[in-house]
Amino acid sequence: MKAQINNDAPPMEARGILTQFGPNVIHENLDFRINRGEIVGLVGGSGSGKSVLMNTMLGLKEPEGGVVKYFGENRRDLSFEDRQAINNEIGVLFQGGALFSSMTVRQNIMVPLREHTDLPEELMRELADMKIHMVGLPPESAKLHPSDLSGGMKKRAGLARSLALDPSLLFLDEPTAGLDPIGAHAFDELILGLRDAMNLTVLMVTHDLDSLYAICDRVAVLVDKRIAIADKLEEVQKYDHPWVKEYFDGPRSRAAMAAGGKSKTKAAD
Amino acid sequence: MTGTLLVCNLFVMSENEQYTLTEQGQTLLVKARGDWTFENAKSLYESLSDEPGSKELTEVRYDFSEMTELDTSGAYLLARLMEGDAGKRRNWNIDQGTKGQMTLMKAACEALRGEPPVHTRQWYDTLIRLGVATERFGKEVWETLAFIGHFFSVMGRLLLTPYKIRWKSVVALIEEVGLDAAPIVMVLSFFIGAVIAYMGANLLASFGASVFMVDLVGFAVLRELAPIITAILLAGRSDSAFTAQIGAMKMRQEIDAMTVIGLNTYETLVVPRAIACVVVTPILTFLAMMSGIFGGMLVAWTGGADISPVMFFGRFREAIDLTQFGVGLIKTPIFGLIIAIIGCRQGLAVTGSVESLGARTTTSVVQAIFAVIAVDAMFAILFYQIGV
Repeated sequence: MKAQINNDAPPMEARGILTQFGPNVIHENLDFRINRGEIVGLVGGSGSGKSVLMNTMLGLKEPEGGVVKYFGENRRDLSFEDRQAINNEIGVLFQGGALFSSMTVRQNIMVPLREHTDLPEELMRELADMKIHMVGLPPESAKLHPSDLSGGMKKRAGLARSLALDPSLLFLDEPTAGLDPIGAHAFDELILGLRDAMNLTVLMVTHDLDSLYAICDRVAVLVDKRIAIADKLEEVQKYDHPWVKEYFDGPRSRAAMAAGGKSKTKAAD
Repeated sequence: MTGTLLVCNLFVMSENEQYTLTEQGQTLLVKARGDWTFENAKSLYESLSDEPGSKELTEVRYDFSEMTELDTSGAYLLARLMEGDAGKRRNWNIDQGTKGQMTLMKAACEALRGEPPVHTRQWYDTLIRLGVATERFGKEVWETLAFIGHFFSVMGRLLLTPYKIRWKSVVALIEEVGLDAAPIVMVLSFFIGAVIAYMGANLLASFGASVFMVDLVGFAVLRELAPIITAILLAGRSDSAFTAQIGAMKMRQEIDAMTVIGLNTYETLVVPRAIACVVVTPILTFLAMMSGIFGGMLVAWTGGADISPVMFFGRFREAIDLTQFGVGLIKTPIFGLIIAIIGCRQGLAVTGSVESLGARTTTSVVQAIFAVIAVDAMFAILFYQIGV
């Protein structure tokens, strides 16, 4: 199955996307591309259609126009089996974690393994425990139910489940929203570490300026119904658009920039 | 010289398509080939499990030069080789691995195994479950009674200040519970009336007393079937909706928000539903009675017994007095109240999990149907004793 996936093509590419609900146009002629191995941050004002765009790229919603390509293949042309194989290459962390509440954390992580592999039970369990460890949860949490977890732990558990099948493309929907600054920073570091370990390509929808400065290679700005610019942060900051200016020149942004710059120098040391 | 020595000490433990295990002095050399991913993890796991572990080795060296792909499951399987006696880790390093593979192996080596799930089934589990169920039953009864008490105190207070009742939501609920349910209640009741008529026609024809089927249809539909069918239908349709609506509100903390803002949950949610149900059940039951009798009449006319509508209603007036109609109708507001109270009570008992929403909805419908039938039986005894 894996052999069919073209690893040289960009993992995800959207061309000329048109999304509308009735007369209400959300995206028009939207082009967006994620290159292999990079962490892309997607920003945009509330109601600009970030979540809709993510759902479109995930295939939860078909756009009214345009094409979505995975690994160079047009999504509409894929056979059911190919689609399934590509789905296994994509992991998603939903905003609230979206864990199955009737199962323990370990069972949650084992769901994709059980469905798509023929691994023996014991190995599946041990792999699930490894994922639990990789996302920084204590081993005891394996047996807990989602209702026993805090918000940050739920996100980590959700991340562990999205990594269950070793995806190459990871979608994160506001991963650090609702976390305390320490937890958010730890989560950023975790994403960076996992990117190196598992060779991930990451798209994260975020409002967290600290995350943008700390870990994103490129930032895409969704404004005026399209991706106005998707480039390195410095370039995006120079972009001439009132919303972008306000977003990156606000007091919170400047504080985050200072902090992000500091941590980057530290990393360089 | 050293080279010869080295060669002498080499001892190939096992070799296959995917890996070679070699012992070299105190070191275990692992040469991995091809894909180490979850697609072939099963076969790797099986063949690696068969490898005899050698106890004395203190170090593991991995050679990844011929590896094409490594994912977490592959790394984990390789890391398992590092375990010596009693799970003690050996020292390890990697030849010709990329940085990513290095990080992945590190993560895999550090991974701690959680405790496996314990299956403890004991013979006394049944007794425990029995005890738990009994306790839960007792608690359930107690809490329902407490809820009813609370409801009546709020209701009583509201009846003294009727302007405080949320009439808007009462009217909306009457439409939802009553008007929207009317067609299905009537259709069902029509069929029930027809079935009773057929049954009567068959049985009574053997006595040559077919005309008494009118009595049968009249008694059965007016006294019992129309009220019961309506109540059971409402229990399935509206009671479950109440539980699900209120339960979902509880899950999304809407109920908490209402309490904090100072809205009384009983006033805003329970009382309007109760009033709507009490108002609606007699009306629905009346409609059910009419369509049930109509169904019986149609069967009497066309189903072989040859009782014309004129004859049917003539006999109906002789045999059935207004009391039967009253007996059927008088219990319906109580059914409505039961349905509303149980639906709301179970909805408010929902906790955070999706499971509890499902469990509460099930309990709600079961309890409502049970209560309706039990109360109906009590009414039957009561009416028998006072002779109506």
